[in-house]
Amino acid sequence: MNKLSLIGLLSIMIRRDLVLAMRRRADVVTTLIFFVIVVSLFPLGVGPEADMLRNMAPGVIWVAALLASMLSLGRLFSADHLDGTLEQMLLVPQSLSVLVLAKILAHWMVSGLPLVIMAPVLGLQFDMTAQSIGVLIIALLLGTPTLSMIGAVGAALTLGLRGGGALVSLLVLPLCIPVLIFGAGAVEAVISGTSVSSHLSLLGALLVMALAFTPWVTALALRISME
Amino acid sequence: MVPWFACSAAIMFVAGLYISFFVAPTDVQQSEAYRIMFIHVPVSILSMFIYLVMAGYAALGLIFNTRLSSMMASALAPTGALLAFLSLWTGALWGKPMWGAWWVWDARLTSELILLFLYLGFIALHASIDDPRRADRASALLAILGSVNVPIIYFSVQWWNTLHQGASVKLTGTSMHVAMQQGMYTMMLAVWLYAITISLIRVRSIILERESKAQWVSELMEIKR
Amino acid sequence: MNWGEFFAMNGYAWYVWGSFGMALLIFIVEMVMVRHRRTVILQQLRLTSNAEDL
Repeated sequence: MNKLSLIGLLSIMIRRDLVLAMRRRADVVTTLIFFVIVVSLFPLGVGPEADMLRNMAPGVIWVAALLASMLSLGRLFSADHLDGTLEQMLLVPQSLSVLVLAKILAHWMVSGLPLVIMAPVLGLQFDMTAQSIGVLIIALLLGTPTLSMIGAVGAALTLGLRGGGALVSLLVLPLCIPVLIFGAGAVEAVISGTSVSSHLSLLGALLVMALAFTPWVTALALRISME
Repeated sequence: MVPWFACSAAIMFVAGLYISFFVAPTDVQQSEAYRIMFIHVPVSILSMFIYLVMAGYAALGLIFNTRLSSMMASALAPTGALLAFLSLWTGALWGKPMWGAWWVWDARLTSELILLFLYLGFIALHASIDDPRRADRASALLAILGSVNVPIIYFSVQWWNTLHQGASVKLTGTSMHVAMQQGMYTMMLAVWLYAITISLIRVRSIILERESKAQWVSELMEIKR
Repeated sequence: MNWGEFFAMNGYAWYVWGSFGMALLIFIVEMVMVRHRRTVILQQLRLTSNAEDL
């Protein structure tokens, strides 16, 4: 057996998860539709005044993105857990953190990235300006991977438990608050004309921190859950 | 050890309540309503401190595999959650007459609320895992993760709040009367001792539940009878 | 200072006694819960040990 490099392992895992996700396209589409519906419900709930909607838009889109990413967390490890793949992964000689990172990245590509692509259309629904839509996309690009990573820890901790879905939300949502604040704050900064870069760099800092720690913590949580 | 802590907690409560209601003078600006401080401040500080202690015990349990420290962590969690709730409750009752609102989105209030959520998450995760060892270790990881996040959440909320130009919330009169200080310290000690007492009693039950198969349990006085 | 004045708390009675009352309530409820848990586990252990003796 030839030894795989870490990058090779990473790309193999990502490709595998992407192929699996494409086999069950309905799951991806469901998350996306959920996101669109939640965002579209807000104007119906609070009224159609364009000024108010414009101010609300960043918060609404971010909260909806947060909820949508919670929705798909349950699938992150459960399928592999059920068919025994996960146990095999624990035995792989390479670091489990790398495998976990690959799974998180693949998960983000099928559940986070579509949200980012969909967001501008929803922004138009809320009468946002082109500039603030641009910032919204950058903020979502920086923020949604962090959400996936924090969520992965919760998913690993609750693996195979009854009532897992609601429990994951209870554990993960409080930890996601900083991302939500800076993500929505960046777009609001554009609207109010203050500096955007500080928000974005803080989002970037959160992303780097999550990138450094969460794969390792998730791997630890997986070992605890699987023993 | 439990009766000792229980007795001293009771004595301190009586002394603290006496000082806070009869000795401490009426505040110039806040009139009598400031007396809520005597319960609000100790409860808030303890609710944060207990989280740190709990995370510390949980980390010890996770790293060194000591069962007692994990049990201690799970015994502290309900007390901490109740104190956090109490802190929010008394804060709201204090805020209404002073700031004119039950709730403001201030950094401290918001982080206290999130602290309550973290406690609830810890308890819920621990309760939903049947195997006690796995429950200990999984919730320990969560507690540590939470304690890392609390400062980040605090600063982000603070920052968010200044951006929104929210209600500026500051306590008036930093120079407190001596009797007020005494009352607060006594109450703080009382709540502290209460928390120790109640979690020691709770940890005794947890030990009995976990070790029900052990030899020494069946030789206990309470069970023999 | 008479008692009526004391309980009125200068118009803040609702707030002051609301906080202290809730604190008392929570402490009592917690103590009852903890005691209940202890009696339940002791009873359970007593039952199992009696069953083993038979």
